[in-house]
Amino acid sequence: MKIDDLLEQPSEWLKGTGPQSEIVLSSRIRLARNLDHYPFSHWADKKQEEEVLEKVKKTFLTSPYLKGALFLKLGDLTSTDKQFLIERHLISREHAVNVDHKAVCMTPNEMISIMVNEEDHLRIQVLQSGFDLMEVWRVADTIDDSLSEHLTYAFSTNWGYLTCCPTNTGTGLRASVMLHLPALVMTKQINKVIQMITKLHLTARGFYGEGTQASGNLFQISNQVTLGHTEIEIIDNIERIIRQVIEYEQGARKTLMTQEKAELQDRIFRAYGTLKNAHIITSNETIDLISMVRLGVDMGLIKDLNRELLNELFIVTQPAHLQKLEGKTLSASQRDLKRATIIRGKLSKQ
Amino acid sequence: MVCDVCKTNQATVHLTEIIDEEMTELHLCEECARKKSASMEQHFGLSDLLAGLADLGSQLGQEADTKIACLNCGLTYDDFKRIGRLGCSECYQAFRKSLTGLLKRIQGSGQHVGKSPKKMPVQTPSAPPKEKPKSELQELREELKIAVQEEAFEEAARLRDKIHELEKKSGKQA
Repeated sequence: MKIDDLLEQPSEWLKGTGPQSEIVLSSRIRLARNLDHYPFSHWADKKQEEEVLEKVKKTFLTSPYLKGALFLKLGDLTSTDKQFLIERHLISREHAVNVDHKAVCMTPNEMISIMVNEEDHLRIQVLQSGFDLMEVWRVADTIDDSLSEHLTYAFSTNWGYLTCCPTNTGTGLRASVMLHLPALVMTKQINKVIQMITKLHLTARGFYGEGTQASGNLFQISNQVTLGHTEIEIIDNIERIIRQVIEYEQGARKTLMTQEKAELQDRIFRAYGTLKNAHIITSNETIDLISMVRLGVDMGLIKDLNRELLNELFIVTQPAHLQKLEGKTLSASQRDLKRATIIRGKLSKQ
Repeated sequence: MVCDVCKTNQATVHLTEIIDEEMTELHLCEECARKKSASMEQHFGLSDLLAGLADLGSQLGQEADTKIACLNCGLTYDDFKRIGRLGCSECYQAFRKSLTGLLKRIQGSGQHVGKSPKKMPVQTPSAPPKEKPKSELQELREELKIAVQEEAFEEAARLRDKIHELEKKSGKQA
């Protein structure tokens, strides 16, 4: 398997399948793990980093859960390829800089990806379309157990898994859910919801993770506390809160349908019209317009379009995806032209 | 429009910065914008916030943890305060007094109750011998001390009552 093969398939986080996928795009579990005794990546010298990488790689090769997995050294990748992996949520933005001795191992279906020598020696990620954190946790737990039979993790009975940053100490668990909340944004209730979430020790951020802006009405909600609760408690807590947020969004969609139907339809069909006809379009505008059209499809207002196509458009119009499709580097303005051409092409076939 | 920084490339990124209520506009090419955003990220890192809290950790630790270096990796508590990240798993043992307060503050708890790995790490000879597990009473007393230092009087009152209760119980048993 090669990195280019991924272009042929939908990104797992944008498959549009699984429970409650009209509001929840994806569920994700991330576990931070470190090898005992070895300095953490930022504090290690080249030799130590190399040793960690070799040790971990050997374990990956024998793991039954990583059969056929793709193992990539970040230093061997072009900047487009690195950006491509970020767009598919297979690596973090941090993992794409200072790439010496960094690697990623991912299964062909993109559900499992393990970053090596990121902030922690291992960042095990399991990602699945739709809303099912418990199931995703079970997969992550199994892989983690199987790796820990061969690797000696840094662990203390008091403080649990010892991580580079004390904000991850304990379970090393970050459970997150990507939500599409256009109606809460349009009815200006989103700030209230985020305030509520923050009070309950969860965080909400934009869709590329830490420090990014929320575009396309996409919000990633995750737990903040990692110590003092079991993994199941943390996940159960976030699931309950997310269920509540889903209900709020559904409520807001109903309100829009009954009280502001004309305005809602106007916005949705204007967005649809722009996507179908634009000749120059930025990726931010695309994401925002796709969000409106997605809402139209989810609410049954747009009938000649399915969610799969929207998901495909979402991912193939990202900068690195466009450039990989084209097979060469494109400037921002060239990308805006190319993006509009692809979107018009795909939507005119409808 | 050409880029304000390199004055050669076409500017495609338009940035508005507000510093001390003064607004400046910057027009940048892709490359200069990337450099700019990298430097912005460095300015507003999580490490700054953590470093602030880490100071608090060393106050609570009360001993001169700041100059102690981890025997395994050489990181000092001062380093940790500066970068907001620990150097290796054994730093947790080296700075345990300061980290106890810090972890309580950011995590709201100091005891892991989740899963454990299949293969447990062995105590390395370089690490100090494991402390005798503390009794609940000892732990509560330490928490009380921290709460008083932090002037968290509600929490302190709760802890005091719990200590009294436990003392009564253990008195009966003895």
